[in-house]
Amino acid sequence: MLLEALTLQLGYNATLVAIGAALLGIAAGAAGTFLFLRKRALVSDAISHSTLPGVGLAFLVMAALGGDGRHLAGLMLGAALTAGAGLLAMHWLTRHTRLAEDAAIGAVLSVFFGFGVVLLTVIQTVSIGRPAGLADFLLGATAGMLFGDAVLIAVAGALAVLAVWTLRRPMTLVAFDAGFAAASGIDVRRVDLAMMGLVMAVTIIGLKVVGLVLIVALLIIPPVAARFWSDRSDRVLGIAGVFGGLSGFIGAAVSATAPALPTGPIIVLTAFALFTLSMLFAPGRGLLVGWLRHHRQQRRIHLRQGLLAIAQDLPIYERYTLNLLVRAGLARPDGVPTELGRLRAAKACRDESRWAIARRMHSHEATVSRYDGLRPIEMVLTEDEIREIDRQLAEAGEGCA
Amino acid sequence: MSLRMPFGRGEEVAAAPLAELSDKPLAVRGLTVSYGQKPAVFSLDMTIEDGSMTAIIGPNGAGKSTTLKAVLGIVPRLSGVVTVYGRPLAKSRRRIAYVPQRASVDWDFPTRVIDVVLMGLARELGLLRRVNAGHRQRAFDCLDRVGMRDFADRQIGQLSGGQQQRVFLARALAQGADLYLLDEPFAGVDAATERAIIDVLKTLKAEGRTVVAVHHDLSTVRDYFDHVMMINVHKVAEGPVAEAFTEEHLQSAYGGRLAANLMDQLQLGGH
Repeated sequence: MLLEALTLQLGYNATLVAIGAALLGIAAGAAGTFLFLRKRALVSDAISHSTLPGVGLAFLVMAALGGDGRHLAGLMLGAALTAGAGLLAMHWLTRHTRLAEDAAIGAVLSVFFGFGVVLLTVIQTVSIGRPAGLADFLLGATAGMLFGDAVLIAVAGALAVLAVWTLRRPMTLVAFDAGFAAASGIDVRRVDLAMMGLVMAVTIIGLKVVGLVLIVALLIIPPVAARFWSDRSDRVLGIAGVFGGLSGFIGAAVSATAPALPTGPIIVLTAFALFTLSMLFAPGRGLLVGWLRHHRQQRRIHLRQGLLAIAQDLPIYERYTLNLLVRAGLARPDGVPTELGRLRAAKACRDESRWAIARRMHSHEATVSRYDGLRPIEMVLTEDEIREIDRQLAEAGEGCA
Repeated sequence: MSLRMPFGRGEEVAAAPLAELSDKPLAVRGLTVSYGQKPAVFSLDMTIEDGSMTAIIGPNGAGKSTTLKAVLGIVPRLSGVVTVYGRPLAKSRRRIAYVPQRASVDWDFPTRVIDVVLMGLARELGLLRRVNAGHRQRAFDCLDRVGMRDFADRQIGQLSGGQQQRVFLARALAQGADLYLLDEPFAGVDAATERAIIDVLKTLKAEGRTVVAVHHDLSTVRDYFDHVMMINVHKVAEGPVAEAFTEEHLQSAYGGRLAANLMDQLQLGGH
């Protein structure tokens, strides 16, 4: 069943829902990247919670007009209106009062959400329309989704991806250096509003699939996970899109196998799994690589210090250093260097003096900034450069060559 | 010109004199900026001569950086008119390059040196144009001018403070402007960087471009700049270094905060 779901063999509707969820995930990961880079991740939480009163109001209006009350496009429109109102309220509070953004987020989020819960309760008690399924907007559900709804989500998701792609350049510039962006003539406020608008769009598209409580996770976890993989914003953007898309797709497919499984939590758990894998195993910024790098560096530094001590006939104080030297066959357990140890020590000492010269030569700035005291100098400088350094070394009469 | 409504609409007041300043790279009249109740800059007039190198100096909190930011529209101004080469700011953005303070950005941001320099081409690239080999070559050339070409592929967080400052300067060079506004370009940089930056700025001047820098090191004003703009919320003095950079003006701008021996070291002209 699970395999069938993942390979899109659960029927036309489920397939379409999974594709829609994947597109939604891509849009969320990409839009969320800019929110994350602009250090305003929590704004999305306020936006998503502000959608709830809109859902309730839209239901009431549609039911009062004699409709079903559960028409998805109508509910999304209502959600967009109150989310927009919440966004403006937050914007106004931070601009015109001395409230910091986090306080404004807290205020807007709780008030709008509280109002929404009251509305939903009223709807349940007065029993107009057919409110069954309205609570799905909290945690998301794709089971029994209409064909038209799935198409709506897929198309809107694709449009959101396109919009993020189009605006990526000004949004990156504003996120990195808003002052410079403003000085180059970019309207920072409009770019920020566009970014918030995109996040709002993703939130509303995702209401039915992920639910408003958890959509913030789909916006934030993919970029945070992607950051472990790259130091380039364009790649972080792409990887975040892929992570978001995978989370949406897997979540929707898994949830299709059991009608009682809410979609949102599954999607978020999938994103969390990707995050954990990234945090632990990503090359570059992952924890495991960092840990290995740290220990390898420590080992090499101890070895280097030991060799330099040998070269200068100094005692080796640290047990760890001596152990490393002994294991490498460079010294005897009593601290007396072997023949090989003396040879390597002389070389280490000569390289150290060479580096000292290289550091004084401006042309080697880029190379010298990579100096870690460990890499053999032959690996970073050419033979000619080393010869020139040796010439200066001899001239200065320094070093222990 | 002597009577000005400080909080009035600047356009009305300055409408007449603007015409006579039409050829100046930068003309500011009646600029007031306020964060909260106390003005950070009050009714400031400033005229930057074509091809000059001007230092904006003054004590901490004098409104030096604020003046630059207000000129560029980064912080809102309460009053005042700004013209760049005789035209309103919005119409002359492409003639201005800006180097913000290094501390104003997060250097852990996921971007490489070359990408930062390419940001200088943002106006030209617009939303959709692809970065091609020509753009890349120009960015490399700008990095070359500040001695940072070998660093093009590094993540910006791996650079030293001085190197970061040079990358910011390279980005401004990529803007290909006529008027360069720099906010404390020499703050906290090493000697090699300071030399590299001043060389670039002097080359810009030799090419006939105009440089304005917020500067905090009084001992180098004479060596680096030919004009000085001394402020402490209000304007204190403005003009060629020989005329404006005097002990009297410094005392008036900095109050008693300058040590007497510093005055001797500066070998001031005038009084």
